[in-house]
Amino acid sequence: MARTIETVAEELRIPSPAAQLRKRVFGHYGLVFGLCALAIVVALAVFAPLLTPHDPYAQDLMGRMKPPFWMAGSDPSHLLGTDYLGRDYLARLLYGARISLAIGLFAALISGLIGTAMGVAAGYFGGRVDLVVTFLINVRLAMPVVLVALAVVAILGGSLQVVVCVLGLLLWDRFAVVMRSSVLQVRDLEYVNAARAIGCSTRRIILREIMPNVVNNLIVVATLEMAHAILLEAALSFLGLGVQPPTPSWGLMISEGKQMMLFEPWLIAIPGVALFVLVLAINLLGDGLRDVTAPENRG
Amino acid sequence: MLMFTLKRLGLAILVTFTVSLLSFSLLFMAGDPASAIAGENATATDIEAIRALYGFDRPFLVQYADWLFGALSGDFGQSYYFKMPVSTLIAERLSTTMLLGVCGISFALLTAIPLGVAAAMRPNSLIDRTALFLSVMGQAMPSFWFGLVLIVVFSIQLGWLPPSGSSTWRHFIMPTVVLGYYAMPAIMRLTRAGMLEVLNADYIRTARAKGASETRVMFKHALRNAVVPVVSLAAVQMGFMLGGSIVVESIFALHGAGYLAWESIGRNDLPTVQALILIFSLFYIVFTFLSDLVNAWLDPRIRVG
Repeated sequence: MARTIETVAEELRIPSPAAQLRKRVFGHYGLVFGLCALAIVVALAVFAPLLTPHDPYAQDLMGRMKPPFWMAGSDPSHLLGTDYLGRDYLARLLYGARISLAIGLFAALISGLIGTAMGVAAGYFGGRVDLVVTFLINVRLAMPVVLVALAVVAILGGSLQVVVCVLGLLLWDRFAVVMRSSVLQVRDLEYVNAARAIGCSTRRIILREIMPNVVNNLIVVATLEMAHAILLEAALSFLGLGVQPPTPSWGLMISEGKQMMLFEPWLIAIPGVALFVLVLAINLLGDGLRDVTAPENRG
Repeated sequence: MLMFTLKRLGLAILVTFTVSLLSFSLLFMAGDPASAIAGENATATDIEAIRALYGFDRPFLVQYADWLFGALSGDFGQSYYFKMPVSTLIAERLSTTMLLGVCGISFALLTAIPLGVAAAMRPNSLIDRTALFLSVMGQAMPSFWFGLVLIVVFSIQLGWLPPSGSSTWRHFIMPTVVLGYYAMPAIMRLTRAGMLEVLNADYIRTARAKGASETRVMFKHALRNAVVPVVSLAAVQMGFMLGGSIVVESIFALHGAGYLAWESIGRNDLPTVQALILIFSLFYIVFTFLSDLVNAWLDPRIRVG
């Protein structure tokens, strides 16, 4: 039998690179937990209409403030009870997951585009471009995010689109910082110089040579910023200057429940736990991806 | 060192001016401030009179320059809502926010550094796992919700602490915990990572080899070196915390500058909002400037590079 690299590896019992990656991913409990929890939340959000017959906006003034299933006097058709306008709490929770996920996703997308463009330009071109980008990052970091976001949303009016855009325009700093330093690390490596030597255009070098080698870091920052955006949206909505009622936003649900938390603490407990689980899942996923893809952990 | 200081100072001043320009341009995003002040029943002549009175009819840059010169001498104009000078208004409230910020960062440092050191001394032990668990929780828990949970437990159920207000030191306990817990995870992780790195250094082995006690090695040799990056992170976190105190102050009705910001945003009181954005940014800029100086003084590689 011919001894190829594969058979030698077989004899020495060296797992294939794919198997090694599988082992790293599935051996990382945080990553597995984050992935599963996020998948569940996404599934609940996507299939919300199938999971509950109730409309999250439908009010029922005769059936207000019904307690959730674990408390006495609960109504089996409203598993998590009803709020102060008689709206089904489970339906609002499920549709609220859509709001949070959409905000996280689109805010991370917008800020990712801005931050990556700035960071890559600064890292690749250096010199004056780098000076300008570094300066802009400093300015952005100096501005108090919550305060500026609140003020701008108050001026433009709170709608989903406005909140997404404001967060997207404010949260690009980490993308820019991380992309800049990642590009700095690879821009003078041999393969980039080789591409330059055979006369590739700058566009091609950045898109085909540099980006594939820094995209790991980009994904990690994107997950963490998504969690950041979800938390900020909840905080803005809680303060009454984010997404406006009657939209089923988790921050808004906590804010509405706050009036009655003295007697009905479950009103803030349910959306709060949901928010916590979602953000925890995304953070664990991001941290896990960083551990798994970090070059120093390869071996 | 002088060159470094001057360069860094120049950057800080430039950032301050850019932030001031951005926060001033908020006024112009808002549409016509004159009709907002005049109210709903105002006639066109009334609005015109207000526009002339406040100087809204002048070009943008002239108004900006006017505001900036005022701001440099501590005059941020009149609050539309409170009908008093913005600077007086903010000066009254700022001490509460500063006190909260100092308490919050102290709480964060006093919990994060011992936890980080203990975690690094015994990686993967129970205490390391507990510290990791606390920091993961802290990063995922929305601070406004944490605040509400504390109110439900400690004010309503147990009745130990007052739920809102700022008259006694007991009013500051829960806000301090909430604000401090927000900054704790990052500081804890950095302390742990720094200690782990330092503990592998040659001079630690030397210290152990010459027979120094473990406590001495930890605190005299290792922690002193590991704590350097923590100083600059703490400065950054302090800046973020003051900016983020708006959430905490509004939950606990703590009448500081953050609460004022929330009130004035809700009431469209733009001169106050502009001034607060500038002041909170200024805190961040000053903290990071000072920590850069401290670091450059501690570590010569920074000031040369």
